[in-house]
Amino acid sequence: MSILDYKDGSVNLLMGNEAIARGAVEAGVRVAAGYPGTPSSEIIENLAAVAGKAGLYVEWSVNEKVSLEVAAAGSFAGLRSMCVMKQNGVNVASDFLLHLGLSGTRAGMVLVPCDDPGAISSVNEGESRHFARLLELPLIEPGNFQEAIDMIKWAFELSEKIRNVVVVRSVTRLSHASGNVKVGTLPKNNDTPVFKYDGNLLDALNGPVITAPVPFKHRQQQEKLKAVAEIFETSEFNTYTGPENPELLIITSSACSLYSLEAVNVLELDKRVGVLKLGTTYPLPEKLVKKHVASAKKILFVEEVQPFLEDLTKIAAAAWEDVGVKKYHGKYDASIPTVNELNPDIVIAALTKILGIDYRPVPEDYEKKGTILSFTGAPNREVTFCPGCPHRASFWSIHNVLTLQGKGGFVCGDIGCYTIGILGAGFNTLKTTHSMGSGLGIASGFGKLRGLGMKQDAVAVCGDSTFFHSIIPALVNAVHVKSDMMLIVFDNKGTAMTGFQPHPGTETDAMGAKVNALNIESICRAIGADVHVSDPFDITGTQDKLFDLIENGKGPRVLIMQQSCALSPEKKGKNKYVMNVDESLCRGENCGCDRFCTKIFRCPGLVWNRDKSVSMIDSVICTGCGVCKNICPAGAIKSEEVKAC
Amino acid sequence: MLKDPYNIIITGVGGQGNVMAARIVGNMLALQGFYVTIGETFGASQRGGSVMSHLRVSKKTVWSPQMPKGKADLIVALEPIESLRVLAQYGNSETAVISNTRPVYPVGVICGDLKYPTMDELNASLLQLCSKIYFIDATEKAIQLGNPILSNVIMIGAAAGLNVVPMEESDFEKIMSVSLPPEKMKINMEGFKLGKSMTSS
Ligand code: SF4
Ligand code: SF4
Repeated sequence: MSILDYKDGSVNLLMGNEAIARGAVEAGVRVAAGYPGTPSSEIIENLAAVAGKAGLYVEWSVNEKVSLEVAAAGSFAGLRSMCVMKQNGVNVASDFLLHLGLSGTRAGMVLVPCDDPGAISSVNEGESRHFARLLELPLIEPGNFQEAIDMIKWAFELSEKIRNVVVVRSVTRLSHASGNVKVGTLPKNNDTPVFKYDGNLLDALNGPVITAPVPFKHRQQQEKLKAVAEIFETSEFNTYTGPENPELLIITSSACSLYSLEAVNVLELDKRVGVLKLGTTYPLPEKLVKKHVASAKKILFVEEVQPFLEDLTKIAAAAWEDVGVKKYHGKYDASIPTVNELNPDIVIAALTKILGIDYRPVPEDYEKKGTILSFTGAPNREVTFCPGCPHRASFWSIHNVLTLQGKGGFVCGDIGCYTIGILGAGFNTLKTTHSMGSGLGIASGFGKLRGLGMKQDAVAVCGDSTFFHSIIPALVNAVHVKSDMMLIVFDNKGTAMTGFQPHPGTETDAMGAKVNALNIESICRAIGADVHVSDPFDITGTQDKLFDLIENGKGPRVLIMQQSCALSPEKKGKNKYVMNVDESLCRGENCGCDRFCTKIFRCPGLVWNRDKSVSMIDSVICTGCGVCKNICPAGAIKSEEVKAC
Repeated sequence: MLKDPYNIIITGVGGQGNVMAARIVGNMLALQGFYVTIGETFGASQRGGSVMSHLRVSKKTVWSPQMPKGKADLIVALEPIESLRVLAQYGNSETAVISNTRPVYPVGVICGDLKYPTMDELNASLLQLCSKIYFIDATEKAIQLGNPILSNVIMIGAAAGLNVVPMEESDFEKIMSVSLPPEKMKINMEGFKLGKSMTSS
C-alpha cells in the first residue's frame, strides 16, 4: 500500500514519517531529496515509491549538503521541494543552508530534520532546532500525527509567503510512531520547471539567486522572520489545554506535548496545570506566550536536550514589565534533564517535585521485586551483528591480524552497523567513532604521527555508502600527505543500517531507474592509493592479505571487503548452506578450543547446548552463510550447499 | 474495553517482526474506530537488541507513544525473557502476559557468561509480578504450520483470544490481505485461529 492509496478524507493509521510524506504530496511537492538516516529515512522512501505515479523527482543524494542543493534547484525552478535528513545531517548541510536562507527561495521549500533525542539510533544527540535560530529560519514542530500531515502542508504555504526555507522538525517518537491521521486530497500539478534569472540583482523572483549584497539580503531575511512571528501569534497549531488561571503552566512542543498531557492525566492535575503546546517554535510567538505566562504562577518548560523554548521565553520575559515575577522551572533548576529523551514519567517526576505531590505508579515493593527479578531472570541482551553479517567475519579477521601482530594497532570508525565493532560483537576492535567518514580523517592524522615516533598501526573502516558520503576528501588528504595508514571499506552493497537505500555505487536510484554505479576500487586507484580487494567470508585469504598489507605496506593502503549484507534483498531468506555440528567432533568445553565458536565468535545462529555440552546450530536463526565452518579448529561445523530448485 | 486507554506492549528481539505485529494489531483496532498510538523503538533493532512497541488504545484521544511506568494492561512477548524485562518496567499486579516459549539467546548466554532461565523459572518470576500468564509454543506451532515466521500471527491470535480488546478475525483478514497474496492468506488465517484457540476459554 502506498501513500497515494489512502482515500481522500479517510482516517488511517499512519507512521509519522508516512504522514509527512503524504502531506508533502498533498501540498504538491515535486522534488524531494535526502540522505538516509534513522529516524528520517521512511519519508524519502515513501515518496520514492510513488514518484512515477505522482510526477515527482526523488533522490537519495550522496550526502545531506548535496541533497539540500538538489532540492533547492527544484524551488528555484518553480517547483515545491523538500529535503529530509536526520539531526546530524543538518550539520553537514548547514553551510549551504546558511547561504540559502540569505538568498531566499522561490517555490515552497521545506527542510525536514528528524532529531533523535536519547540517540536511540544515533551516535549523538544533536539538535536541529538551534540551527533554525542560528541561521534565522522559521521552525515549526508537529505535536501529533495529524499535525505531521497538516503542518507540512502549511509549511509550503508559509515558505512561499516569505520566499524562504521553512524547517519542520520531527523526532524519533513521532517519525517512528503511528497514529490515526485523516488524509486530505491529492492535487494535480504538472508545472514545467523554469529557472528565471534575467531580472535585476535584487529581484527575488526573476533575478539571479545570490546572497549579495549581504547586508541587504540579511536584513530582508530578518524582516521575513518578523513577518513570520506575527503569523505564528495566531497559528492554530499553538494550542492550550487546561484551566484559565493554572497554578502551573507547562510550555512544550513536539512529542513532549504528548508526554506532558499524559503526565497531567496520570496525576489528575487537569484543574491545576495547563499545557501550552507550541507548534510554531521559532521565532517564538511572544505575545501568545506572554498571555499564558501572565495567567500562571509557575512555569515548567518540557523539552528535550538543551533549553530552547526556555531560553527564548526568558529572553522575551526580560521585557515583560507588566507580567510580574514568575517562578521558572526547566533545565536550569534541573527539573528536566538536559540529556536523553523525555517520557511521561520524567514529566510526572518534575510535576510531583514542583507541586509537592506523592505519586507511585506501583507499590514500592513491586518495583523492587521487579528490578531484582528482571536483573537476575532476564539476561541482558547486548546488540550484535545479524546472523550471517559480513561485519562479524571482517572484524574477526582484523582483530586476529592486529592481535597476531602485537604492536597495539587499532581501528578508527564512524557510523553504520559496523559501529558496534566497539562491542564484543566486533571483538572490541573499534577504538574511535565520530561523524560520517571521520575514521579515515583521524587515521590519516595518526598515520602522520609516525614521523613523531608513533609505533602503532592505524586502520580506518567505513561502509560503502559512507565512502561516497564523506570518505573521498579524507582519502585525497591521506594520499596527498602520504599518511602511513590503511582504509578498509566494508562494501556490503547498500546502505544496510537504514534499510538498503541506494547510493552512488548502486545501479538503481531511489525511484528504481538505472543509474551509473561508481566503482569504489577505481576511485581509490584514481586518487592514488594502493588498492586491494577481498571477500571477508574467505577468512584465510582475507587475513593473509591484511597481515601483509599492515605489516609490509607503506603509505595509504585500501582494502575493499566485498560481501553483501545478510539482510540484503538478494540474500534475505535464501540460505546458501545448511549448517550442522558434528557432535562427535565438537570438542566443547573439555579441551583445546574452549568453545571457541560460541564464546569468542558468537554468531547468534550458533548456540551452546548445555545438556549435551556441544555447540549446535539454531536453524531458525542461522542464515547459512557458512563462515563459522572456517573458524572451528576441530572442523566440527559442517556445511552443505543448498541446491537451487 | 475494560480501561481507557487500554495499554498493550508487544516485545521481542530485533529481527522477530515486532514492528509488523504491532502494526497489524494497531490497524485492526483502528478499524474498530479506536484512536491508536503505536510507539516503537527500532534502528538498532535489526541487530538483536530488545525491542518493544507500545500500543495505546482509546475511544477518547491520542495518547503518548511512550507509556508511563506501571500502566501496561497486556504484554505480548515474542521472546520469553522479554516479557519479564517489560513487566518489571511497565507492568503491575493486574497485567496479563502472553509469552512465546521459544528463546532467542542473548550473546551473553551464547558465550556462556549469562544463564538463560528455564520456562519454569521464568514462570515463577512472572508470577511474582502478575497474575495471568499464558505460555504459547508459537514458534513450534509455526514450524509445524510450515514457517517460523507465522509465530507472530499465532501470538496475535492469542491476544485476540483473551477478548479484552475487540480484535476481530474479520479485521485481521482485512488487514493481512492488503499486504499478503491470496495464496498466503489461508495459512495466516489458520495461524490466527490456532493462536486464538490457545487463550480463549
Ligand atoms: S543489517 Fe546487514 S550490515 Fe547491518 S548488522 Fe545486519 S547483516 Fe550486518
Ligand atoms: S552459518 Fe554459522 S556464522 Fe553463518 S549465520 Fe549460520 S551459525 Fe552464523
